[in-house]
Amino acid sequence: MTHLSIGIAYIFLAPLVGGLLMGVDRIVSARMQRRVGPPLLQPFYDVAKLLQKDTIIVNRLQNPALVCHLVFMIATGFLFFEGSDILLIIFLLTLSAVFLVLAAYASSSPFSHAGAERELILMTAYEPMVLLMLVGFYKVIDSFSFYTIVESGKPLILYLPGIFIGFLYILTMKFRKSPFDISISEHAHQELVSGLTSDFSGRSIALVNIARWYEDVFLLGLVYLFFSFNVLGGIAAVLLTYLFEILIDNTFARFKWEAALRSAWIVALVLGGGNLVILYAFMGV
Amino acid sequence: METLIFLVAFPLLPAALLLLVPNNGVRNIVTRGSFAVIAAASVYLLWQGIGAQPAFYSLEAGLIDEGMFVIEVFLSALIFFLGVKYRNYLTSVFVTLQFALMAVYEFVYAPGVAIEHNLFVDKLSIIMALIIGIIGGLICVYALGYMKDFHSHHHDMKDNRPFFFFVLFVFLSAMFGLVFSNSLLWLFFFWEVTTICSFLLIGYTKTPEATRNAFRALVMNLSGGLAFAGAIFYLASQGLTLELDKLITSPHGLVMIPVALMCFAGITKSAQMPFSSWLLGAMVAPTPTSALLHSSTMVKAGVYLAIRLAPVISGTYVGDMVALVGGVTFLLAAFMAISQSNAKRVLAYSTISNLGLIIVCAGIGTAPAIWAGIFLIIFHAIAKSLLFLCVGTIEHRIGSRDIEAMGNMFAKMPGMAVMLLIGICGMFIAPFGMLISKWAAIKAFLDVGTLMSPILILILAYGSAVTVFFWAKWMGKIISANTLFAPRDPMNDQISWDEWFSEWAHTVLTVAICLAFPLVSQWLVEPYIAGVYGKDFDLTKSMYMITFIMVVMVILVPAISFPSQRNSYAFGTAYMSGRNTYPGRVFDGSIATRKQATLKNYYLQSFFGEDKFMKLGVVMCSCIILIMFGVAFI
Amino acid sequence: MSYFKKSPWLLHYDGSSCNGCDIEVLACLTPLYDIERFGIINTGNPKHADILLITGGVNEQNADIIKNLYDQMPDPKVVVAVGICATSGGVFAECYNILGGIDKVIPVDVYVMGCAARPEAIIDGVVKALSILEEKYTTMKQEKVA
Ligand code: SF4
Repeated sequence: MTHLSIGIAYIFLAPLVGGLLMGVDRIVSARMQRRVGPPLLQPFYDVAKLLQKDTIIVNRLQNPALVCHLVFMIATGFLFFEGSDILLIIFLLTLSAVFLVLAAYASSSPFSHAGAERELILMTAYEPMVLLMLVGFYKVIDSFSFYTIVESGKPLILYLPGIFIGFLYILTMKFRKSPFDISISEHAHQELVSGLTSDFSGRSIALVNIARWYEDVFLLGLVYLFFSFNVLGGIAAVLLTYLFEILIDNTFARFKWEAALRSAWIVALVLGGGNLVILYAFMGV
Repeated sequence: METLIFLVAFPLLPAALLLLVPNNGVRNIVTRGSFAVIAAASVYLLWQGIGAQPAFYSLEAGLIDEGMFVIEVFLSALIFFLGVKYRNYLTSVFVTLQFALMAVYEFVYAPGVAIEHNLFVDKLSIIMALIIGIIGGLICVYALGYMKDFHSHHHDMKDNRPFFFFVLFVFLSAMFGLVFSNSLLWLFFFWEVTTICSFLLIGYTKTPEATRNAFRALVMNLSGGLAFAGAIFYLASQGLTLELDKLITSPHGLVMIPVALMCFAGITKSAQMPFSSWLLGAMVAPTPTSALLHSSTMVKAGVYLAIRLAPVISGTYVGDMVALVGGVTFLLAAFMAISQSNAKRVLAYSTISNLGLIIVCAGIGTAPAIWAGIFLIIFHAIAKSLLFLCVGTIEHRIGSRDIEAMGNMFAKMPGMAVMLLIGICGMFIAPFGMLISKWAAIKAFLDVGTLMSPILILILAYGSAVTVFFWAKWMGKIISANTLFAPRDPMNDQISWDEWFSEWAHTVLTVAICLAFPLVSQWLVEPYIAGVYGKDFDLTKSMYMITFIMVVMVILVPAISFPSQRNSYAFGTAYMSGRNTYPGRVFDGSIATRKQATLKNYYLQSFFGEDKFMKLGVVMCSCIILIMFGVAFI
Repeated sequence: MSYFKKSPWLLHYDGSSCNGCDIEVLACLTPLYDIERFGIINTGNPKHADILLITGGVNEQNADIIKNLYDQMPDPKVVVAVGICATSGGVFAECYNILGGIDKVIPVDVYVMGCAARPEAIIDGVVKALSILEEKYTTMKQEKVA
């Protein structure tokens, strides 16, 4: 029952937490650039404004696809915090991401098209690592459920250091941070205008942003699992991870997609695969 | 037993009828009617067998055996002759060797061999029969409309439809025979018949390319057949059993050599590397052929045999090697699918890839792996068949099978677009079947007790990531459009009734099977596994609930959001750096010209080029197969 | 209550300016002026933007583009003409290809003086535009109700 209520709490609280985190992100980024930065609540203002603005669409399929993107993203997080099988949930996450890509394809300007293709490349790049991470969890804890992992009290990070670093690497992609912000970016101009979201306006972008808040919280939930043996330490580690991602964002130039794909696969193979093999060797097969 | 014999024998009736009466009207009626009968009979088989134990039957075999031998002699002679005529001597050599083996068997060992049960039916046979009867039958119905169109498009080819339908139905009959045979001799006979049928179907158009590819398919499958014959010969010469059910319960050491040979036959038939080129070559044939070969018959015979043999090879080095062949094929074929823009080739590579995964499951051979493997067979058969049929229809309408030509599908052929999307979803999106099976496969691989486990998981991790890429970009192409106001193409209305019916039936099945899969699991797959492995196998029931919820969501959320969001927003043009744009991505160029922007998908040739991976796969898998034989003989 | 004042996103378009004003616009993004303090983002995409900020005058070639960009912006939206060129054509007004200020093709809401316009002036102009944006939103809402 408590698990269910935590799941429901996620539905209501995740956007708040996600939005606040993004506000922190923008302030910290600004400070790193010696600027003052926007108010903490800026992400909420943005979404509120977007909801008030008119929406222009290019293809009638684009907004429904975005609604699906959001709904499945919420479902992903809900099921995760409700304690369902994470392996299945990751597939749901993929489904949600596919809907975002489809919305971009539907709007069919050259920029959103290229953004969609690149997003798919990123998905190809990060998926192996995500799967390896889950396998790592299972190998140590023998379960795919959030709560079993938390309650086991095992310091996953000690068993899976390589997998954790590999996950950090692809987390940069999922957070859409430089050097992997090749498909979408809200910073200044880039060669793809706004990539995936180029042809969205008003409500459509608001949907994308809200889905992103949900996604960020879900992803940080995955990070938390590595440190779940200690609640406070875990939360601190999650925040540190987030700050680390912001640091990376501000200190790296954008990669080309080739570099993104190749490097992510190599990282997954060497760190993720390596860690797994060692795990098998030590824990017995 | 009557149902079994009926299913094997009945398709021969329409086959003969269609060959002898070359009248279009008769063909339509006979084909539709036979589909109804065959589908009904396979459902009846299901109804009969749902709670029943596996049943073994002994048929008075003397006459049938002799009949089969005569047909075999005839077919061997035919192939020998064709091989010589088309100067494809390897074919003739293979068929001679094979015939020699079988002839020696027939005269030396046959009198001493007693086969107790020739026929049997268990849950796996029922599943296969349903796939063959329903999906295969639907493909035959589809072929009615398609072949008519085909010949009005290709006047240069001889209209030999009576023969085409004859082979289709013989194929179905052979497939039924294959899944009901307990006697390896019968199994082998039907096995060879499917090889020859596929040869005839691939070479149907008689173009030089078709003939070449037909022979390639024949040679590769004959090499498998030769291995099969070798297995039978070995078993007979060692005085071992020639019955499938006894074979899989035999002590491992004794039967390893014939089992390895039969696995090799399964690998050739299911187009694993290094033999995948025959299935790619088979794409030259008319679409019903491709659909039949890829979904319900032929390749499924290969994986069926592998799944049957799984209990023997499970946990042995032979099993590991089989799994590795499947794994390498799964991974590399998925890579290559990315680089293809020809829709049929994408489908072909994806088939090879998925079959690879099934072979992995068979090679691992633990109960959960077999569960995953069987479900992969079921889901793959339906969704892949649907996709082939859609691509075939679209090809006739828009004149291209290139994915790049499938933009704007929603405006041109909305129904077709929906079916295509559902088919693609069926292939890679949670919670549709393929993904559930993949999920089960991961879990199965996790519990494998050897170092195979991390290797297979790595393979699966990379393989499924690229799968998402090539399917999603295809989906993107289908829904991309900015000429939604374009009038519906008249081509949409030219699709024949048979094609519509068959495609919609597939679509409904694709969705229905996802909802019904807990039942399928409970009634068919779990009992089969319990029977073979002797222990109850229960996949976590909680999972049913969550997948059920997911299926409902996947259907409901788009179904609600699409119409409700439909007309609430104003339309604008796509952003093209401020240039004025018009529907169809046309924009104002310089000096008062209008240009059209074309968008193409990424194919990442330099990353996932076909040449390099094909070579790599052939070399790797050949080595693995050699090792497999090595360990089998030791 | 409207949130346009808190989160104005702008699209910067360079007509036929000498690039002097553009440099000043970009200067607004630098730590010294930091317009993100006001929630302003330079989106570079008309579909995301609330404010169209144009430097330089209109010429024969870009008149269509300016119109199109303006059309692609969802309502409510405002236009800020930055610099003398954008106001009237400025020093280029007599050139053979110059049509004049931005208001020759689309309605302009705020004119920012200067050659080049100073960053302070630009920020001031944008802030002025915000109240106009808010007004437009209110009328838009009323029209929708009516
Ligand atoms: S107003 Fe002055 S600085 Fe600005 S674009 Fe015109 S000439 Fe250049």
